[in-house]
Amino acid sequence: MTVRDALPPAHGAPGPSAAPTPAPLAGGVVPPATTARLFLAADPTFAAHRAVYGPMPGIEHPNALVDEVRLSGLDGRGGAGFSVWRKLAAVLASTARTNTAHNNSGGMRTKRPIVVGNGSEGEPLSRKDETLMRRAPHLVIDGLLACAAVVGATEATLYVSTEGANAMRTALAERADGARIAVVVAPDGFVTGEATAVANALEHGVSVPRDHVVHLSESGVRGRPTLVQNVETLAQLALIARFGAAWFRSIGTEDEPGTRVVTVSGAVDAPQVIEVAGGTPVQTIIAACMNAADGADPADKADPADDADAAAGALSSVRAVLIGGYHGGWVPSGDLAVPLSRAALEPYGAHPGAGVLFVLGTGGCGLETSANIAAYLAGQSARQCGVCVNGLPAMADVLSRLAARHRDARLPAEIVRLAELVTGRGSCSHPDGTARFVLSSLTAFQTDVRAHLEGRCEVYG
Amino acid sequence: MAARRFESTGSTGTLLHIDWTRCDGRGLCTELLGDQLDRDEWGYPLARVDSGSLEARDRSNVPIPADQQDAAADAVALCPVQALRLVPRP
Repeated sequence: MTVRDALPPAHGAPGPSAAPTPAPLAGGVVPPATTARLFLAADPTFAAHRAVYGPMPGIEHPNALVDEVRLSGLDGRGGAGFSVWRKLAAVLASTARTNTAHNNSGGMRTKRPIVVGNGSEGEPLSRKDETLMRRAPHLVIDGLLACAAVVGATEATLYVSTEGANAMRTALAERADGARIAVVVAPDGFVTGEATAVANALEHGVSVPRDHVVHLSESGVRGRPTLVQNVETLAQLALIARFGAAWFRSIGTEDEPGTRVVTVSGAVDAPQVIEVAGGTPVQTIIAACMNAADGADPADKADPADDADAAAGALSSVRAVLIGGYHGGWVPSGDLAVPLSRAALEPYGAHPGAGVLFVLGTGGCGLETSANIAAYLAGQSARQCGVCVNGLPAMADVLSRLAARHRDARLPAEIVRLAELVTGRGSCSHPDGTARFVLSSLTAFQTDVRAHLEGRCEVYG
Repeated sequence: MAARRFESTGSTGTLLHIDWTRCDGRGLCTELLGDQLDRDEWGYPLARVDSGSLEARDRSNVPIPADQQDAAADAVALCPVQALRLVPRP
């Protein structure tokens, strides 16, 4: 699967239209007024970045920025979608607690927190972090340094893919404060970007998830309070620090404020990384990736009626869309009006997650595709936890038998049994996410499940 | 250690935390805590939980009733791969 390295549309992506043009800030900087927020710089240089976004404001009152992030409603963009301000506040609180305890016990050294920008992007269908690091590295740096300032860290680390590392090193070399950021290259692998695996990598050089009874915010790298934020989260935070929570919320919906960078791949004319408004209907995003190949700019489709017509036409070749990546869930073609929001996607076992949308065309069998993904996920186990090592291959195997049209009516129930058996029984959420994905394939393709049990396939006959 | 800490704090309940990266399914804990732990088909401890929603299940931290605290402390002490510890209920 290749994602064309398409440039996010210069005029912004589909979604609710722009807020009124905000007033210029000092230095003539105008807050971005459309859905195109993160990719406005003409090139990845510091000069182009400064020209568009202006300087980063100083962090004089850490709690003020935490408060602004809270008001913005920004959630993490690495997959889990955890509230960003809560993580910041938790690291602040546990740092204060740790240091108070130290001082009270006569300890001389305080424990400075660790701050990590995570751009490892282990999800094979995601290219948005890499795209962001190559196109807007200075927003990531601004956000990372702001987080460090908020929690009282003097330095920070970027844990990123090989491609991301090259881009980030170039950007860091352009600015004086770049010297405070170390770059660590993450190995390939689905679970290497999981937060405890990141902590393990920085502490022991081994990128596998680790056992934990408390959050990383309390005890992470070398027992220090540790903040791990995805690189898109950091870039969004850098804009909130500049333009404020109200500006952030001026696009998107009440429960999915701001924009989100998504990677659309699979059976679309133009696979691409695209910045969309929070809560944009899935069909609008897919339609934009169909039409872009004809030279049409999705931003020209401002009329919602045109949009719906275009979506209906474009969607005729879609069987289902996998949303949230390999730990996400399938949404069948009839339901693609669903908005890209946590609440609306929950019934499908899906979530906006890291913004992965994989389109299965009408020529593809959903069960076969799902079985291949499940086999891949089973192979991506870090092989530390016995239930994952044994349970995931077992689950993938039963799904592959169903995909291969074995006439065994017990197969679906066995998949459900194994999915329930592995859930909640690993040191990371790899078993849970894999189980959720496999269950969603049984639901989304339920009529095909019946066909397969009779030795037929809805797609292949 | 963990068990002693529990006793000294006088907490009213504990969770048996399973470190899945260490556990290799020897099964001693499932014999000591038969009412709390079953064994799955590969031999790993399986919390006997009521069916709740799948998402809500945390089967790495098993609630231990008061009358099973000693058995749980034994399980922690006797686990050959030190995969268990008692942690206070949040």
